[in-house]
Amino acid sequence: MFPEQLKVPLGKWVNQFVDWLVINYGAAFEAFADSLLTLLVALEQVLRGAPWWLVLIAIAAITWHASKNWKLVLGLVIAMFIIGMLGLWDKAMQTLALMIVATSLSVVIGIPVGIAMAMSNRLRAIMLPILDTMQTMPSFVYLIPALMLFGLGKVPAILATVIYAAPPVIRLTDLGIRLVDPEVLEASRSFGASRKQILFGVQLPLALPNIMAGINQTTMMSISMVVIASMIGARGLGEQVLMGIQRLDVGAGMEAGIAIVLLAVVFDRIGQAYGKRSQRTPNTGDAQ
Amino acid sequence: MTEKIVVKDLYKVFGERPDQAMQMINDGIDKDEIFDRTGQTVGVCGANFTVHEGEIFVVMGLSGSGKSTLVRLLNRLIEPTSGQVLYDGVDIAAMSDEELRALRRSDMAMVFQSFALMPHLSVIDNAAFGLELAGVDEAERHERALAALDQVGLKAHANSYPDELSGGMQQRVGLARALANDPAVMLMDEAFSALDPLIRTEMQDELLTLQREHKRTIIFISHDLDEAMRIGDRIAIMQGGIVVQVGSPEEILNNPANDYVKSFFRGVDVSTILSAKDIAVKRQVTVIEREGVGLKTAINRLNKEDREFGYVVGDKIDFHGVISIDSLDEAIKAGKTKLSEAFLPDVEPISGDTQVSDLIGTVAHAPCGVPVIGENGKYLGVIKKANLLATLDREGDGING
Ligand SMILES: Nc1ncnc2c1ncn2[C@@H]1O[C@H](COP(=O)(O)OP(=O)(O)OP(=O)(O)O)[C@@H](O)[C@H]1O
Ligand SMILES: [Mg+2]
Repeated sequence: MFPEQLKVPLGKWVNQFVDWLVINYGAAFEAFADSLLTLLVALEQVLRGAPWWLVLIAIAAITWHASKNWKLVLGLVIAMFIIGMLGLWDKAMQTLALMIVATSLSVVIGIPVGIAMAMSNRLRAIMLPILDTMQTMPSFVYLIPALMLFGLGKVPAILATVIYAAPPVIRLTDLGIRLVDPEVLEASRSFGASRKQILFGVQLPLALPNIMAGINQTTMMSISMVVIASMIGARGLGEQVLMGIQRLDVGAGMEAGIAIVLLAVVFDRIGQAYGKRSQRTPNTGDAQ
Repeated sequence: MTEKIVVKDLYKVFGERPDQAMQMINDGIDKDEIFDRTGQTVGVCGANFTVHEGEIFVVMGLSGSGKSTLVRLLNRLIEPTSGQVLYDGVDIAAMSDEELRALRRSDMAMVFQSFALMPHLSVIDNAAFGLELAGVDEAERHERALAALDQVGLKAHANSYPDELSGGMQQRVGLARALANDPAVMLMDEAFSALDPLIRTEMQDELLTLQREHKRTIIFISHDLDEAMRIGDRIAIMQGGIVVQVGSPEEILNNPANDYVKSFFRGVDVSTILSAKDIAVKRQVTVIEREGVGLKTAINRLNKEDREFGYVVGDKIDFHGVISIDSLDEAIKAGKTKLSEAFLPDVEPISGDTQVSDLIGTVAHAPCGVPVIGENGKYLGVIKKANLLATLDREGDGING
């Protein structure tokens, strides 16, 4: 037996910290949660309210814009159509709204953090272990503090998803910027570029393929978080899976699982197509 | 000649404690020992030189001798540890960031060995890169970029991307990017070293053509002596961070400062580097043609000096002709009185700028040493078969004047 006296009451400390946060910043958290919720609800209403064919057309248009490949467009439209045929359209739209908000938030937070990491070795040294932890921690551990701060519902689901899904976009933004050829940076400086001009005119455009890959991974991770987030009251496809488990209804669980996979495929293919587009290759060029 | 860039006591130490290394330099400790004792590298050590407006100033040296460091100190891509770089009299080392950016945008452009083009920009946008940074609007910058691309013969590729071009073409884009800003000074760090020899020569010619059309001050880094000799008006030679010699190619060739400098010339074909004026010697008998100097006086002079040939010049030391004892004798017998009537008909003077390689035939077939003339027909001396052979023979182990 490990001596009892040596035990560090880490759990207690964390609880105390969360309590302290709730007591002191509760109002701020609430305001933040409210605005996030408003955004999510609005998006959800749009997606669920829109006729199904309009959503299909929108997805087709986005896919076409990303890939200019009609086979892919057709494939993804069919995938979405199957989700509808499984009777999960409405739930899928809820999940979609949740994912769009969570992924956007991850990207909005992740890219600046990635840029800051690329600029500062010290920050990078601090962030890397944090990112590792964020990714390896069992994902539902995030649910607990999120729950305590925001209660049951959609907002903690989004936050837990953001924490779990943001690391790839942060990492790949950092990596992408660091991989930019130092000679190209030197050339930019030699022509009188300021730091801002270098960042926006050279580093970010050149890091774009990596950043896009990061966004894609982030999207995939946020989908995988959807099931778990349903435990704390996020509605959508995850709820259906959870129900399948609770009622030992293999069929229902399976249906929901297939719908999640299809949704993931749609997101992945669109993300990849955008990623490829950002990586201009000689012969396929921009004008195709 | 206007002094465009003046470098004064310029030092660069790479390391944590440059003050300590500077102290050691002042104490006379050498670069290698400073590195062994402190781990700091002395990149450039006490450089002093002047670059004149409109010249191509080549900096040569072995790998690691500090050439790239030196050129980056000029536009402060590398911060100097101490010393001054005066550009038109203004110290670049003391400029604010704002002033420095303005200088880089308008006055000093750089061309890189690895081209360093922006892979995500089309050729025209690459060429317009500096203009965009300077805030020039799109229509004007495309117009100017296109004009620059035209100068390097790449106008047709304006909409390609760098990875679609060959190395030589990519470096033309690099050159166009620098030209588009219309800079007074161009810094070229081994700009042609990555190109294969044929393309390299072509680019050198192109640079010389551009330079003829519009004289800029060019600082050109190279480790290739042939290149340096070909394009350089003056050459600085660097050894272990120190500028050991600055001079015209001929000066350095004729008078190398040390064995390191000499070693550069090993294997160089001197006959293409030296010109007639470099090897002409003035130890011949000259006769100044004026009132009172007749055929008799000349023949006496040659006899007294025990020479067979004499070189007749005017009072401004301008070359008139060659006489020999025989030709003088004949002229006297024929009743002539003027020196010009005794000139050897088949000896033509050669211009001082003729390359040695081009005069071998002339010298070999001439009956006497061939006179060399400079501007306005000025007599510069004579090349005899013996000096020519000596010159050609000295190639291979450097030339000691
Ligand atoms: N950023 C740096 N940090 C530390 N040392 C450096 C740095 N840059 C250059 N050096 C050192 O300074 C010395 C001069 O380097 P520099 O690159 O100027 O040489 P070079 O003459 O351009 O050589 P090359 O022909 O290989 O390009 C070398 O010993 C090099 O290792
Ligand atoms: Mg170099």
